[in-house]
Formats: sequence, C-alpha cells, structure tokens
Amino acid sequence: MSDDHDHDHSHSSLSDTELRVRALETILTEKGYIDPPALDELIETYETRIGPRNGAQVVARAWLDRDYRARLLEDATAAIAELGFTGRQGEHMVAVENTDETHNMVVCTLCSCYPWTVLGLPPVWYKSAPYRSRAVRDPRGVLKEFGVELPQAKKIRVWDSTAEIRYLVIPKRPEGTTDWPESSLCQLVTRDSMIGTGLARRPAELETTS
Amino acid sequence: MNGAQDLGGQMGHGPIALEPGEPNFHAKWEERAFAITLAMGATGTWTLDASRFARESLPPAEYLASSYYEIWTKGLEKLVVQYGLVTAEELRTGTALEPAKPVNRVLAAESVPEVLAKGAPVDRPAAQPPRFRVGDHVHTKRLNPEHHTRLPGYARDTVGQIEAIHGVHVFPDANAHGKGDQPAWLYGVAFEGPDLWGPGTDRDLVVRIDLWEPYLELASKL
Repeated sequence: MSDDHDHDHSHSSLSDTELRVRALETILTEKGYIDPPALDELIETYETRIGPRNGAQVVARAWLDRDYRARLLEDATAAIAELGFTGRQGEHMVAVENTDETHNMVVCTLCSCYPWTVLGLPPVWYKSAPYRSRAVRDPRGVLKEFGVELPQAKKIRVWDSTAEIRYLVIPKRPEGTTDWPESSLCQLVTRDSMIGTGLARRPAELETTS
Repeated sequence: MNGAQDLGGQMGHGPIALEPGEPNFHAKWEERAFAITLAMGATGTWTLDASRFARESLPPAEYLASSYYEIWTKGLEKLVVQYGLVTAEELRTGTALEPAKPVNRVLAAESVPEVLAKGAPVDRPAAQPPRFRVGDHVHTKRLNPEHHTRLPGYARDTVGQIEAIHGVHVFPDANAHGKGDQPAWLYGVAFEGPDLWGPGTDRDLVVRIDLWEPYLELASKL
C-alpha cells in the first residue's frame, strides 16, 4: 500500500495512522459493516450543517424573547428542539445563564462531551489535556489564556460533563443592542461564549471584524 | 478506571493551544476516522460507554501522546476485534479475510439525517424514587474501579450538595461492559473549590458534576 505522506518525516506517526484508518475503512467496507456514501454524508453534515450558528440562534432568541428564555432554562432540550436542533450529543440539554454574579464554563475532564446539536464538533483545545486538566482547578487562569479577565468578585461555575447531559452557556447580552433584530444578535454570539471560555462580542467588535 | 483520560486537576500539560481557523478536521484521514467511528457505532454492536472505555484503556503514555482522532482510531481497532467483527490478522493485512459477522444495522447515507436527529437518549423509567433530594449533602465514595466509571478522580471521597435531579439514566459503569443499562438516578452535584482542591483555593469556584446514585452516600452531619 502506498503512503503519499512518506516525504513528511515530522508527521511519520500521522502517516502510520493514516494507513491504519485506510485499512480499517477498507476492511469494514469489504465486510459490509459500513457504507461509504454514509461516511461522506456524516462528514458533510458536521462540516456544513451542524455548528455554532445553531447555538447562536438559540441564544439570540433567549435574549429577545422572555418566554423562550424561560422555557430554555426550564427544559433546554425541548426549547432547543423548537428551533429544529435535536439528536446526537444533544439528547439531554441544560442551558446555564451568565449573570452579573456568576460566569459559567463547560468542560469534559474525562473525554470530550460537547453539545453537538448546537455547537457542532468540539475544537481541538476542548478535547486536549491542557484545557481538560485545568478548567476544573484554575478556571480563571484558563480564561486569561482566552483573553477573558473576570472581576475578582465574580463567582465561577464549571460544569464537568460527566454524564450525557450537555451544557450550553447563555452569555450575557452585550450593552447597546436594545433594538437589534435576532439576525444581528446572532453575530455577537461566538462559539466560545457558549462554552464559557469567551464573552459575547460587543457591537464595536462586530464592526471591526466584519 | 484510573487511566490517562482522567485529567481533571492534573498539572504540567502546558498552555492551551489555540489554533487559527480551528478546522473540524486537519486531514482527510481525520474525516474518515470520525465517520467510520460513527458509522460503526450505528451498527449497534457496542455502546457509547464501551467505546469510551476502549479509548481510555489505552496505555497512559500512548493516550497522552496521541491526537484525538488517533485515539478514536486505536479505540475502534480494539472494539472491532473485541466484538469479533474483524480479526487482528485482517487489521494487520488491511484486507477482509474472514466472512462478515451479522450486525444489527448498517447505516445508509439516506438515513444519516434521521439517525443523527434522533440521537440515542439515555433516560429510562424510574423503578424507585430517588434516594437524595435537592439540598442534601452527599459524600462521593472512594472508588477505584478497574472498569469504566464517570466519577472523576478529583471528586472522589468529597462532600458536595445535590442541586439537580436529572432523572434515571443508563449507568455507564455497567453499560460499558455488556452488563445492560442498569439505570440509576443521576444528580447534578455542586462542589466548592476548597473542598476539591484544598485550602487556598478560589472560594468563588463551584464545580458542578453529574453523578449517578451508586457513586454517592448521604454525608454525615456537617
């Protein structure tokens, strides 16, 4: 079997894995356990259809609609399903709201549990040892690495996703957005703000980044 | 199990590596590793808990030195052999040598949206009432099982407070090892920073952990 990454010596272990993945796919396909078009469909789904735009819509709706916010805090799975986001790695959702007193941050110290239905697939740092090891012990230090400095008096709650409950942080709505429509508010809701490693963008930040 | 996956509170892993663009996949093989893992999960041969155990039971040095989708790949290799779907010889040669074993279902492209949208809820009917109430102080047991468990090492033998009762959920410690659902009450338990990490810890830190009833006992009077 050829290895088209042979030339890249610094990635020799990746080449090995690449061969192993190829071997697995070949064997599993030959044995009829998997159907290659389904693999393409799975990849396509998470590359293009399921991602943090879903969660941003949930948050923006909660900012705008008091009743929706109440439903989201009461039964997040059902409230998120109202917007059409259901299923794998979002079967049991809980929404936690940042307030003047408390900041929330989500981690999975034991693996990589993450609310796929609203945020898509987790970024590499979320699945890696530095974040998983420190988020529960030194969240303020972690937040500093994300450029977020919380006031000393602010309480912090870290949600370790040890079961099949998946957590979505509702960041604080930025000042100066009173009359904004949902579509504009969505632009302020970053993925990190829904993990709790960031805050929602301020309107001024939006102007400079768009 | 006390494997390398149990990272909460460990030190020395360095700064968080933020990467520009943060692609879901960094190479074609990562896409394939992701998709074959999901598609094999959909055959219903093993549970999600079993696949977590396959990954966390990699030797610790190997677990920590492997990238995320390398861990998935190694986990999947273990599972297909363990459940008799593929032989070690087939993995070595990269080709099917033995007849296939029947599986419950094969995921078809057209059913992917429906299967993903349905997910696999793990809540189950309650056979008895919950042992604890919201507000109760509970003591996490000092447990060091060699099997799969979701009581993190940093939260063992510690007092916390029940804040939420999530309902009855499949018990991973059993479900990872072919012992069925064995559903148990699942609680949201709040732990104060100093109770987890000792004196000098941030008093404004609370860590909320989801824990099953078998991990907990009522705390003696504080």
